[in-house]
Amino acid sequence: MLCEECHQRQATLHFTKIINGKKEEMHLCEECARDKGEHIPGSNSYSIHDLLSGLLNFEQPMGNGGSHPSRASVPKQLVCDSCGLSYERFAKTGRFGCSHCYKAFDPKLDPIFKRVHSGNVRHAGKVPKRAGGRMQIQNQIDKLRKQMQQHIEQEEFEEAAKLRDQIHDLNENIRDGKGDA
Amino acid sequence: MSLQRFISEAISPWMKKGPGPEGDIVLSTRIRLARNLENYPFPIVASEESANTMLHYTSKELAKDPYQYVGNLEVLKMDDISSNEKRVLVEKHLISPHLAEKAQHGAVMLSEDESVSIMLNEEDHIRLQCLFRGFQLNESLVLSNGLDDWIEEKVTYAFDEKRGFLTSCPTNVGTGMRASVMMHLPALVMTQQLNRILPAINQLGLVVRGIYGEGSETLGNLFQISNQMTLGKSEEDIVEDLRGVVMQLIQQERYAREELIRTSKIQIEDKVFRSFGLLTNSRVMESKEAAKRLSDVRLGIDLDLIQGISGNILNELMILTQPGFLQQYAGKGLTPDERDVRRAALIRERMNLEREE
Repeated sequence: MLCEECHQRQATLHFTKIINGKKEEMHLCEECARDKGEHIPGSNSYSIHDLLSGLLNFEQPMGNGGSHPSRASVPKQLVCDSCGLSYERFAKTGRFGCSHCYKAFDPKLDPIFKRVHSGNVRHAGKVPKRAGGRMQIQNQIDKLRKQMQQHIEQEEFEEAAKLRDQIHDLNENIRDGKGDA
Repeated sequence: MSLQRFISEAISPWMKKGPGPEGDIVLSTRIRLARNLENYPFPIVASEESANTMLHYTSKELAKDPYQYVGNLEVLKMDDISSNEKRVLVEKHLISPHLAEKAQHGAVMLSEDESVSIMLNEEDHIRLQCLFRGFQLNESLVLSNGLDDWIEEKVTYAFDEKRGFLTSCPTNVGTGMRASVMMHLPALVMTQQLNRILPAINQLGLVVRGIYGEGSETLGNLFQISNQMTLGKSEEDIVEDLRGVVMQLIQQERYAREELIRTSKIQIEDKVFRSFGLLTNSRVMESKEAAKRLSDVRLGIDLDLIQGISGNILNELMILTQPGFLQQYAGKGLTPDERDVRRAALIRERMNLEREE
């Protein structure tokens, strides 16, 4: 069967429209169907990102008692200071702009991850050797810094100096790429 | 070597070794890891310059010393190859449609046997994929894990203790891993059992999709079962859950095949041989029909009704008769009608070739 529009190519798409009970059939080739704006299955299908951004925008108050928060209580705009992506934009596209966005949007991520990952919000899998090792060292540094601060506040400068040297060594380790912990 | 070979043969060297474990039902196993580098914006928001820098840096680092179990990787830059060549790589599942069509400064690094592909500047900076024939989830996990460690020695990953590997899309965060198994399930489709099984599989956090075909319609009775969830479970647990479900599907499919043979042998034989006749004689063959008939013939081979034809014929011809490949063979663009004629010719030739061997 030839396409009803161009009468040149084979009609490969067959449409049946029922509008107000009136049935209308069309037999078109792919190109003419596209020109006429007919929906070709799969060509502009609803993607995972559309679905996801639908979820992200769906900020339903979970509170009980039906107390709807007023529009004025919408939290202030979150923006990633590393790549400049706003939470609003993230909610629209469903994609992060850089690894720092995870920190920037952290307060709002748990509900999203819960929906997407069957209630889970924390990683339970592989920890990479270098990045993971570095992270442990970083945690250790953070802890030592706090202790150092306490010593300084109590004027125990000798102790503080010891910790300062330890922190210095750990920082060197990170810089040299010795992440294995 | 290189581009010419990657695009001239429908069947990748890794597939050629025969059907692999549970090969009568499982065609292939794949594990994909999504990884990003720290301190580079993700590809979808990256500037052209940043994307280019990340590509040069990463491909240079990875080229330094090869991973011992994989060997040299060849870099193909998307900017350097034609759109039909990209299409062929997509049809062979070596790159994603996103890398072919949308990526900025995208590239792929391929191992010689095409079982390993590392896409750069896809949706994430690095998309690593390992393909195995048959049902080999453990092997895939071990190899992808090893490659992952090898890459991490060279570049610094964006990783967070709480959220795991950070990815562009929230659906991949955590392990960044998608494990998938490609299965041929004609008997479960024929007996309409699959529709009953699918909702249960979805409840386990796994997804089933048709590999060819669009929307709910699947072609060639080929299905991909994969994990949906990437956060909150270890890689081993994800793979274990998938394995459990795939094993059950294999069992159910075998059982359904036995039942079909027991209760309606002559009808199955008729179906198989009709399809065989069509494939070996048709002059015009649409891709939809080709997929359906190839699935029947493959079932006939697995049930020992047809002898002397390799089971690979289904995988091979499903790829070979896609538009990109047909055009690559013809050396020019083809209209859909011309493709249908070429497809029929190619299938006839390939089927008859097998029988003479």
